Amino acid sequence: MSELQAGQGTALDVRADTKSTRYRDVLIALAAFVILALLPAFTGSKFLLDFVIRCAAYGLFATSLNLLVGYTGLTSFGHGMFFGLGAYGFGLMMQKAGVSVPVAFVSTLLIVLVFAAVIGAICVRLKEIYFAFVTLAFQMLIHSTILSWVSFTGGDQGLRGGIPRPPFLGIDLSNHLHLYVFSCALLVLGLLLMRQIAQSPFGYTLRMIRDNATRASFVGIDVYRAKLTIFVLAALFASVGGMIMALFVSGAYPEFAYWTISGEGIFINMLGGVTTFLGPMVGTVLLLILNDTVTRLTEYHGIVLGIVILFFAIGLRKGLMDFAWEWYVQRRDAAKERG
Amino acid sequence: MDLDALTGCLVTSACLVTQTTSGLIIGMLLFLVAVGLTLIFGVLKVVNFSHGAFYMFGAYFAMTAYQATGSFALAMLAGAIGTAIIGLVFERGFMSRVYGRDVLMQLLVCYAFVLIFDDVVRMIWGPEFKSMGMPAAFQVVPLFIAGGVVPPYYLLLIGVALAAALVLGLGLARTRIGKVIRAAAHNPGMVSALGINTGLIYGGVFALGGGLAGLAGALAAPVRSLTPGMGFSVLIESFIVTVIGGMGSILGALVGALLIGLIRSFGSLGFPLFTEGLMYLFMVIVLVSRPSGLFGKEVA
Repeated sequence: MSELQAGQGTALDVRADTKSTRYRDVLIALAAFVILALLPAFTGSKFLLDFVIRCAAYGLFATSLNLLVGYTGLTSFGHGMFFGLGAYGFGLMMQKAGVSVPVAFVSTLLIVLVFAAVIGAICVRLKEIYFAFVTLAFQMLIHSTILSWVSFTGGDQGLRGGIPRPPFLGIDLSNHLHLYVFSCALLVLGLLLMRQIAQSPFGYTLRMIRDNATRASFVGIDVYRAKLTIFVLAALFASVGGMIMALFVSGAYPEFAYWTISGEGIFINMLGGVTTFLGPMVGTVLLLILNDTVTRLTEYHGIVLGIVILFFAIGLRKGLMDFAWEWYVQRRDAAKERG
Repeated sequence: MDLDALTGCLVTSACLVTQTTSGLIIGMLLFLVAVGLTLIFGVLKVVNFSHGAFYMFGAYFAMTAYQATGSFALAMLAGAIGTAIIGLVFERGFMSRVYGRDVLMQLLVCYAFVLIFDDVVRMIWGPEFKSMGMPAAFQVVPLFIAGGVVPPYYLLLIGVALAAALVLGLGLARTRIGKVIRAAAHNPGMVSALGINTGLIYGGVFALGGGLAGLAGALAAPVRSLTPGMGFSVLIESFIVTVIGGMGSILGALVGALLIGLIRSFGSLGFPLFTEGLMYLFMVIVLVSRPSGLFGKEVA
């Protein structure tokens, strides 16, 4: 049994009232969006709004990684390549092709779909550590291509000169407030969609593959196809995170496609915990706060971050939301015994 | 793409010799790193994701020892033994706590140490590029073999790496310790039941692997520039080597490393912008046709 298992919290009895769960999820998502969208009315802090936008970018990326790591048991160590591809695809589309934002958005998704399908077709047949390292190798291939193809990607300088953001449908993304609400909308929508995937029969198929792939194939599941499907889906959501990042910094940089992004994604999942769906989101907020604080205090933030990772991986062995969930389950069971 | 340069080189003996030797030294350095990786994987069943850091430490230790003593041999020893000690502490103190646990945990512990080690090097030696300089003993006129230029240091480097390969291969196959290590890789529970301290073997194998990577770093120090984070690209390449050769196979590591070295040196002529891409392409071809690598025993 692996230690990081997603969706343990949502036990099997959930299937009985899938419909009501879905309404509940939609309501929660709507409420979350309203709260986030109203935030600028209460605070004028640009720093806080920027923080939320960064959370949206990394949160979508980390949660999509959890679909692979936590739900399917695919330890991808190169998931960051799709974050980078999203950022570069979107930036290049806007800079070179001069199309409108929705067109660039959709065509970037299509490009990422093709990349993920090809890379996934090669990778998902491999197991565990091989899968981890071959995805990592592909990430480094994409990173080195970005670095060496200077005329197209700008090399190590990144896509400079800003990304043009022409208004569409009354949304002007060069306006900070519009960008903020747009990012929040993408975040909430993305999380809601991923939640639907995780709770769908397909999501339960993934959990079964994680727990026992042989048995899954015995009951007639095409394991390869299921793994490839979730690999591509997760890549699409990760690329949306990359696109938010490209819009936020108005450019794309090789660091977005570097392996450390994947490492951070894995760490976010560890930090927040994968038992609950929102664990990676909590992890994102924690890591960004940690990063911001540490960077302000010392230039050696790798050492501090490394020690924190060790503390979680060797010391606690669980993420924060895992503890929260265990505490909740214990209380619930205690209440059941009493009642 | 510049295929003319590639074919032009292949028919000129001078260019052929130069490119082959440069391919061989890339391959030999990669072999020393990759063989440690494959040995650790074969016995401990973990992939040491922080293996590149040992290469980096080896180079910095060698540079410091060389500047302090002026002796090249001492510099090599410092690189190898210093990193072996770090390897032992790292394995006993940290990696041994995540054996048999999720791959994710092993990757995370190593990831943490990549971050820590890179920053430690930045703290001690500074973030800028450093160079050790060629030792005086090797600052002599290069050899000319069939018209191609071959610096004597390259011959030493190839010789040391080959010797290491030979000692390692024979040691594992012929000696008692080698037999115990192979047994521990096969069935650690049984070995430990027979009264052998498997913890010691694990620590020793990790130290050996780390020391080999350190030796590679020390050998590379006179011909490469030193920078924090220099280990990572080496790690990726040596992982490609082990994937091509087959995880856990020493012969595979040697063949894979030489292939990658030659691909790099000749590829840089024919495909200057796509040299790295060629390596990945080759790895993908091997993986798709033989998922367990050229010399791997079973499908991973």
